[in-house]
Amino acid sequence: MAGILVFIEQRNSDIRKASLQALSQARRLAGGEVAAVLVGSGVAGAAPGLGAYGAAKAYVADDPNLALYSAEGYAEAVAKAAAATSPEAILFAGTAMGRDLAPRVAAKLGVGALADVVSLERDGDRLVARRPVYSGKAFATVDAGGHTPQVVTLRPNVFAAEETGGVAEVVTLDGLALAIRAVVKELVDTGGGEIDVAEADIIVSGGRGLKGPENFALIRSLAEALGGAVGASRAAVDAGWIAHKHQVGQTGKVVSPSLYIAAGISGAIQHLAGMSSSKVIVAINKDPDAPIFKIADYGIVGDLFAVIPPMVEEVKKLAG
Amino acid sequence: MNCIVCVTSVPDTASVIKIGPDGKKIDEGGIKWILSPFDEYALEAALQLTEAKGGEVTAVTYGPARAEAALRDCLARGAHQAVHVAGGEATLGDSFTIATVLAKAFAGRSYDLVLCGVKGVGTDCSQVGQMLAELLAIPHVANVTKLEVGDGSLTAGRDVEGGQERVECPLPALITCQKGLNEPRYAALKGIMAAKKKPVEKVEVASLGVTEGADPFYVVRSLELPPPASEGTIIKGEDDPAGAAAQLVNLLRSEAKAI
Ligand SMILES: Cc1cc2nc3c(=O)[nH]c(=O)nc-3n(C[C@H](O)[C@H](O)[C@H](O)COP(=O)(O)OP(=O)(O)OC[C@H]3O[C@@H](n4cnc5c(N)ncnc54)[C@H](O)[C@@H]3O)c2cc1C
Repeated sequence: MAGILVFIEQRNSDIRKASLQALSQARRLAGGEVAAVLVGSGVAGAAPGLGAYGAAKAYVADDPNLALYSAEGYAEAVAKAAAATSPEAILFAGTAMGRDLAPRVAAKLGVGALADVVSLERDGDRLVARRPVYSGKAFATVDAGGHTPQVVTLRPNVFAAEETGGVAEVVTLDGLALAIRAVVKELVDTGGGEIDVAEADIIVSGGRGLKGPENFALIRSLAEALGGAVGASRAAVDAGWIAHKHQVGQTGKVVSPSLYIAAGISGAIQHLAGMSSSKVIVAINKDPDAPIFKIADYGIVGDLFAVIPPMVEEVKKLAG
Repeated sequence: MNCIVCVTSVPDTASVIKIGPDGKKIDEGGIKWILSPFDEYALEAALQLTEAKGGEVTAVTYGPARAEAALRDCLARGAHQAVHVAGGEATLGDSFTIATVLAKAFAGRSYDLVLCGVKGVGTDCSQVGQMLAELLAIPHVANVTKLEVGDGSLTAGRDVEGGQERVECPLPALITCQKGLNEPRYAALKGIMAAKKKPVEKVEVASLGVTEGADPFYVVRSLELPPPASEGTIIKGEDDPAGAAAQLVNLLRSEAKAI
């Protein structure tokens, strides 16, 4: 039976957590062998360890021209690995890179792709995916129409990464025909050492209820106490209180942290589109009828300026 | 500098979504259709480029009859030409078929830059641009929030986690446009009136050699509303905010095990 190929994303040889989640999901689904494809420059050392998450083989494309991401170059490498493995499916983590690469690879292979998948199961020889549509106002259950490989992008932090032990056999991909026209000249760090909301396990977000940019300090103090990242509603971003990279929602980032705290955010559908798949949702809002309470697991009806400072103290107490 | 902007008509983002009788599509009754918000950034970028450098903006859509309104919107904002590939009901969400149809519709048209929205709001796939670039055998840059176009090449800023990639790319190329790239203009009344008189070129999808629904790459088995959220634990914190805060942190630790 054909196996599953998983694209593994790395930055400076650090494997993305979301890629390990995809690898574990492949292991849970595969009828045949699970293979990984790792692309970059000087990354081969990270390949054997992929076995711990279920990869029997790790195909490595190592080339100085692949040091930074290139849709064309990486697509060539993944297509080569696909030619070597003839997989029934290719999985990607739905990171900025995965969301960009998966459709380019799919078109190169002459097939479609299923994006932003939050559940993936097997029905005979087809994979059946569930994905949010209309900004999460509905869920579609879809398949790839019998075409192979089935290219699927998994929403990060929805599938569990499981370490099971093992070492992957490393196979070098050579003879890559790299014709890279769109060249990433540099990766500019705009994070300033902060955790990116798209990567964070805990997010504390502020909205218009903060009343002004200076009050994001309050959000930041809670985020810091929890070891999380700072998010924001579009109203706060559009007011110029905080940079767009913090925005969560339909026109911002889609996140699924294990804890999402929304303070002074009403819960407009476009905001919910970006965070409703968070595992635990907490709302702090002075309006008991704010829509955010409808999807909140926990909440406080009250003034965020009176609630957040003692919360920070309580969290610090826990940390001891 | 000739630009082709690919646009799509989608339900207004504030729409209430109901499931249609077949259990696979939305109930379109009462839905207001708009130009997909990200396509506005693509159109604006194309208009600014042609204003600065000359050339024409062609807006292309593949969609049912109502999609013509999205093209009229583009014409009203300043697009020079509009092409409507009629169809698309059976291929909703099928990014690869949509990209195939668009690529075929491009045949014989000249372009330096193809611009798409980063995603079509609704189906939320975010894939057509990259697939179209591959089928057209041109390079692409997705999720663009910064753009400079020079002679025969472009430099784009593309947002990724914690950073921005600076990408250089020869033309012709394709970009997908993200919020932050520009501030889309509104259509002025004069533009709206003029747009009514501008021709929209009609293309039948069959004439492109595509039989819709014959060989789908995206099959919707069912469409459902999300399960109703279970009642959360909401603490009244107006009178004793510090007590509420302590209770919440305690619940997050001992019950939710989230901290
Ligand atoms: C096409 C489109 C795309 C969009 N994309 C996004 C997106 O990506 N992300 C996004 O967030 N929005 C998005 N929006 C905007 C969205 O519709 C809302 O306007 C926005 O989310 C509102 O932000 P908010 O909740 O901060 O502000 P408001 O809706 O004004 O809510 C402020 C809340 O703060 C509460 N509050 C006020 N003072 C206090 C206090 N002292 N203590 C506690 N609570 C207080 C109020 O009760 C209120 O509920 C989009 C809209 C459109 C049309």
